[in-house]
Amino acid sequence: MSTTTPGTTGEAHTGRLPEPTPVPERPNGLVRALTDGWIVAKRNLVKIKRVPEVLVFVLISPIMFVLLFAFVFGGAIDPEGAVGYREFLIGGIFAQTVVFGATFTGAGLAEDMQKGIIDRFRSLPMSHAAVLVGRTTSDVVYNLLSLIIMALTGLLVGWRIREGAFDALLGFALLLLFAYAISWVMAYVGLLVPSVEVINNASFIVIMPLTFVSNAFVPLSSFDGVLRQFVLWNPVSALTQASRELFGNVDPSTPVPDAWSMQHPALYTLGWVVLILAVFVPLSTRQFARASA
Amino acid sequence: MVDMIQAHGLVKRYKEVTALAGLDLAVPEGQVLALLGPNGAGKTTAVRVLTTLLKPDEGTAHVAGVDVRADPDGVRARIGLSGQYAAVDEHLTGFENLEMVGRLYGLGRSRSRARARELLERFDLVDAGDRPSKTYSGGMRRRLDLAGSLVAAPPVLILDEPTTGLDPRSRVGMWDVIRELVRDGATLLLTTQYLEEADRLADDIVVIDHGRAIARGTADELKSQTGGERVEVVLAHASDREAAVRLLGAVAVGEVGTAENGRDLTAAVDGGVRSLRHVLEGLEAEGLEVLDIGLRRPTLDDVFLSLTGHAAEKDTDENTDAAEEALR
Ligand SMILES: Nc1ncnc2c1ncn2[C@@H]1O[C@H](COP(=O)(O)OP(=O)(O)OP(=O)(O)O)[C@@H](O)[C@H]1O
Ligand SMILES: [Mg+2]
Repeated sequence: MSTTTPGTTGEAHTGRLPEPTPVPERPNGLVRALTDGWIVAKRNLVKIKRVPEVLVFVLISPIMFVLLFAFVFGGAIDPEGAVGYREFLIGGIFAQTVVFGATFTGAGLAEDMQKGIIDRFRSLPMSHAAVLVGRTTSDVVYNLLSLIIMALTGLLVGWRIREGAFDALLGFALLLLFAYAISWVMAYVGLLVPSVEVINNASFIVIMPLTFVSNAFVPLSSFDGVLRQFVLWNPVSALTQASRELFGNVDPSTPVPDAWSMQHPALYTLGWVVLILAVFVPLSTRQFARASA
Repeated sequence: MVDMIQAHGLVKRYKEVTALAGLDLAVPEGQVLALLGPNGAGKTTAVRVLTTLLKPDEGTAHVAGVDVRADPDGVRARIGLSGQYAAVDEHLTGFENLEMVGRLYGLGRSRSRARARELLERFDLVDAGDRPSKTYSGGMRRRLDLAGSLVAAPPVLILDEPTTGLDPRSRVGMWDVIRELVRDGATLLLTTQYLEEADRLADDIVVIDHGRAIARGTADELKSQTGGERVEVVLAHASDREAAVRLLGAVAVGEVGTAENGRDLTAAVDGGVRSLRHVLEGLEAEGLEVLDIGLRRPTLDDVFLSLTGHAAEKDTDENTDAAEEALR
């Protein structure tokens, strides 16, 4: 066996290399990212079954949001026109909640990165993007659940869907899609700073201004100057505006805003979704590959 | 014979530390190589390079005939890794963990399930198979992790300290499993801090320290380097030390070793039982009381100490070089 003289510390045996052993063929690229991603997503979702407490918090906070805003601010803020504030508000709460939901992605990924299981994933012949695809996909499920709960709570406090069911479905789809894109941003942050506490604070700093300096909670007419420009072009405003339109919650007497983004809010939102995914999917995937090397 | 694992001149530097300083390794097909070294020697770093988790700064490595840099995915498809810390998902059951790994190897649903059941059986985890692994003991988790590395029945297995943290019985159980894997034809690289483990499992041992190999060979070859047998004495009174050292010195090859407590003495001898008798008679004549005395074959511990023992105290590089010199 050993061809070395005992105790020498130089060259090891320089035997021949074997022919690579045959291994099962694996589909390439996108197919593999999706199939492997779904396997990882299922693994993330099992946690709902095993630690149902997580789900309780995911679902209680949107209910609380709807009730707080409807009853505390409901009377204080007067949106122009006939559509009541509660009805005006729900679109904004939807947008804010799904965007904040992305924090989950960052935190979950940061947590994963500190656990041993990530080394298992890295040592398997799976897609490099699968852990990220899996995490962002399972968070769509969380967001879907919280949207359903919010919609039901909304209906209880007087919110109504006034356009067709198809438009309403488009509204929900747009909300989920935008949230999905933001998930990839937070995934990147989660890989850069693998600490759950930091992620929670960091996302607060970014997401708070985005959702509060928008038309989510106060009508556009209450902003002036630079702030108004920010609100007009803020993608969260467009998302809110689009869902209001698709749910039929826009008062016909409200003047049409003077910005393209507000005139075509769904399209503008989709543009952001594409842009964010185009930047952050490759960025996060690369960061994931690099993170421990 | 072909080398299923082959590495040349692996170097990995961190800011202040050189974790690997030009490591060469070779494991012929179907054999077991033990990478033996103390904490911080570079064992895990070597494992991470070979399993594509880490890119080396310099050097090349081939695993199962595939270049780790050029085709990391190809390497991953052909290895099983059980890292130093168990890589299992705590919320998943044992069965779910193994099934998921099978799916990610690309085995398909029904094969993954069958394989998971098979491995649970083999690793004595059937009863616990439907419990979240969070509820497992350390030994069970370790077994589940090893099972995870076997899902695709890879030709090369790399195990980083597979028995650390196990109680003696579980350790022996793990040894049996590892021997079985080798019987089935796997090529294996394992790291360990336990010399006994390397002695029992490995065909070949590489002792590493400060990221480089300081000795290699079979257990017997390494033992013979440390010299022959030694006489060990445990004195009843530390005050007898000087007299006892003098006695041992008369038969010793080289210096007499003394432990800090002043009562444990050890000396390499070349006279075997004759040397022992000589020491016994001397002790008797001078009236020195001993608690224990014996003639001992060197263990790998002795090899290890003689190679790395002083490294912790003085300039380490000089010492490893000295150790290398001493071996030539
Ligand atoms: N990510 C890192 N950053 C900086 N230094 C590191 C890093 N990883 C390892 N090291 C250093 O490299 C050296 C080798 O570490 P390694 O983990 O390979 O040792 P080891 O032989 O596995 O030790 P142990 O028996 O404790 O597991 C150590 O000095 C360690 O501090
Ligand atoms: Mg280690």
